[in-house]
Amino acid sequence: MLLATEQLTRRYAGLIAVDAVDLAVPDTGIHAVIGPNGAGKTTLFNLISGLTPPSSGRIVFAGSDVTGDPADRRARAGMARTFQNIRVFNSMSVLDNALTGLHPRLTASLPAIVTRLPGFRREESAAIARARAALGLAGLLTRAHEAAGALPYGDQRRLEIARAMAGEPRLLLLDEPAAGMNPAERASLAALIRAIAAGGTTVLLVEHDMPFVMGLCDSVTVLNFGRRIFSGPPAAARQNKAVIEAYLGPKVAARLGGAA
Amino acid sequence: MLAQQLLNGLLLGATYALFALGFTLMFGVLRVVNLTYGFYFTAGAFIALWLTQFGLSLWLALPAAAIASGGIAVAVDWLLLTRLRRAKADELTSLMVTLGAVLALYAAMTAWLGPDIRRLPPGVIAGGALEAFGLRVSTAQLLILLACVLLAGGLLWLMRATRLGLAIRAMAERPDTAALMGIATGQLAALVSFISGALAGAGGVLIGLNFNAIHPYMGESMMLRGFVVIVVGGLGDIFGALAAGLLLGVVEVLTAGYLASGLKEAVAFALLVAVLWTRPSGLFGVAQGRKA
Amino acid sequence: MSMAALDDLLWTYQNVITALGINGLLALSMYVVLAVGQLSLGQAAFMGLGAYSAALMSLKLAWPFWAVLPLSCVAPVAFALAVGGPTLRLSGVYLAIATIGLGEVMRGVYLNIDLFGGALGLSGIPEAAPQWVIFAVLGLALFVLWRIGRSGVGRAMEAMRLDETAALSMGVNVRRYRRNALLASAVLAGLAGALSAHATSFIGPNDFGFEPAVSILSFALLGGIGSPFAPVLGAWLLTLLPEVLRPLADLRLVLNGVVIVLAVLFLPRGLLSWRMPRRAM
Repeated sequence: MLLATEQLTRRYAGLIAVDAVDLAVPDTGIHAVIGPNGAGKTTLFNLISGLTPPSSGRIVFAGSDVTGDPADRRARAGMARTFQNIRVFNSMSVLDNALTGLHPRLTASLPAIVTRLPGFRREESAAIARARAALGLAGLLTRAHEAAGALPYGDQRRLEIARAMAGEPRLLLLDEPAAGMNPAERASLAALIRAIAAGGTTVLLVEHDMPFVMGLCDSVTVLNFGRRIFSGPPAAARQNKAVIEAYLGPKVAARLGGAA
Repeated sequence: MLAQQLLNGLLLGATYALFALGFTLMFGVLRVVNLTYGFYFTAGAFIALWLTQFGLSLWLALPAAAIASGGIAVAVDWLLLTRLRRAKADELTSLMVTLGAVLALYAAMTAWLGPDIRRLPPGVIAGGALEAFGLRVSTAQLLILLACVLLAGGLLWLMRATRLGLAIRAMAERPDTAALMGIATGQLAALVSFISGALAGAGGVLIGLNFNAIHPYMGESMMLRGFVVIVVGGLGDIFGALAAGLLLGVVEVLTAGYLASGLKEAVAFALLVAVLWTRPSGLFGVAQGRKA
Repeated sequence: MSMAALDDLLWTYQNVITALGINGLLALSMYVVLAVGQLSLGQAAFMGLGAYSAALMSLKLAWPFWAVLPLSCVAPVAFALAVGGPTLRLSGVYLAIATIGLGEVMRGVYLNIDLFGGALGLSGIPEAAPQWVIFAVLGLALFVLWRIGRSGVGRAMEAMRLDETAALSMGVNVRRYRRNALLASAVLAGLAGALSAHATSFIGPNDFGFEPAVSILSFALLGGIGSPFAPVLGAWLLTLLPEVLRPLADLRLVLNGVVIVLAVLFLPRGLLSWRMPRRAM
């Protein structure tokens, strides 16, 4: 397993956002956490990426316990993420954004930065090449020198993915990547995600849109009110009574019978 | 001896608590470390001074000065902060604006009036003192203590037992939601500014009377104590400010008595830094300070 | 023009030129903290610590200036570490409050402890810092900060200023950057203090209080923080303006305060909003 959470729990005053969730993400493929709004998906993501400390439970990434590690250390260990509300660095150029994603791979020391020795310059051009490759993957190479904040919405989402991929992470966490996109944009996004997974990076995404997930993912985990109610292949999720109830409410689910 | 020192410490602490009441209210509700607060304190003292020079009795000059200081606070808040609030600027941005403003205000006041120390005319309370059980309290000190308790009590009552207080607390918690629920947040913010400014002004008069010194930078010299009180007491916590003020007074008097009087500020500062290291939401405060 | 008047004029200019160098360094000391999205108002206090410790090393120990200058950073760095806490995790409003407090405290300490000369301050400090040294230090600081600003480190600094959460998720060690920025700020201000003490031969407890602390902020905000040159430009403008417009001299603190207000409200990127081109690393 690349990533595993064990009994992961996060309580807020008067509510349990994530309740004893066990999640296992294999070393390859595309995996999803789905669930209705307010199911605790984003909280789970923040727990995994280290932005929110858990109330109890454990997180194991690439064989080591990262539960107590801050977010930046997890990023340097090979975890990259995007955000539901886009957080590109608006006033930086598109290329600079991608280069920021490369931060975990930078090794130059302060004296090397100040003196700009040849070895440093080689590393520098390698970094640019890598950032441009990530932009190329996301189809943003032609806009490399525009300000990130000026990009259209869909491109900003893709830029976030490119930025996360620039650091060549082992695990890519996508928080509602398809939110606000039209069908055409969704299709091209799905292609991008498949290309990323084919390149060897494991993808874990959070979505509340079932159809988008169904065709794309190798496995899904369904959350409802902070609890894991299902885990398995997408096709089985469609048949699962608890999942249908969670999405449609018990009454509609009963009326549909098993027809869904 | 020790008893007298403890008493002196409590009385000194009452001045700190009095200074910090409005300060902590401003932070707690408006989410601004508003450094112009020290200026309302100075302004209150000077306005009372001028009014008494025109022959007004101190007891009329005090509320008049408080009201005028409150008015100045509303004007300054409107000029500097409404715009930032609308733009949802972060706390550091508004802190910087008030920092610049207060420097300009102090400096302008000094350029206009000169740096000399002035005194309120010896009025009803000068020289009087109370003695009992071998302890001595001056009338001015008693007045401060009384004012401190009354104002803090009044403020607590306002915040906890009235509809207005409920609305203010709602705004402090969630300004956006409060606005949606029909609370006129702009007017409330102005009202909170007014109350804070008036508290500062009243504090300026009383403390100016107690220390027998009024000068343009008197607010600035209270600032460090103000920080200690609001941080130790919990940002926005009225009861905490009262407790922290008294604690600080006792600590300072004991430091001066048993160590060296030059170390008073240093000890106060050490207290501030130690609390910041360990408990960013204050010693007494429940974390009603800040949430990201 | 009589000789005395000429001397007077030169002397005045000398002081202004020295002030340009010192204030430039102080502006940079504010810049490094603002560049990571933090606000410290301890620069004047750090400067005072550098100035007093350097002056004492020269006066009491008679150490040579070239040894005193680097050692003048020790006290400011130690105090920066102390204020920031054992793990230097103080940030945001709390860092601002603690650093304002530091200035207030140090003034009380200088005034009350005999070693520091009390209200009279320390005088007779050897004038061992010629102007070229001041400007050499300023030039070196500008060069280093310029190179850093253009590098990946500079990009990480900008990233955490723009969006700390996103920067964290990119692997930027936000805490370490914050700490290093505060320490760099202490070093620059400490050097400025030592240089200023050895250029003017006198220091007093009121040179490093609230007013200079806020004035240093006005330098950086007027210039902006798009590049290290911007805050230095701001410092030079605010140093020269009262010299050129004489009536402003008495109101220079008012001017500095108003500049902060106007810059924050209407000129958030400063006068020199040009940003340095960035290299890859």
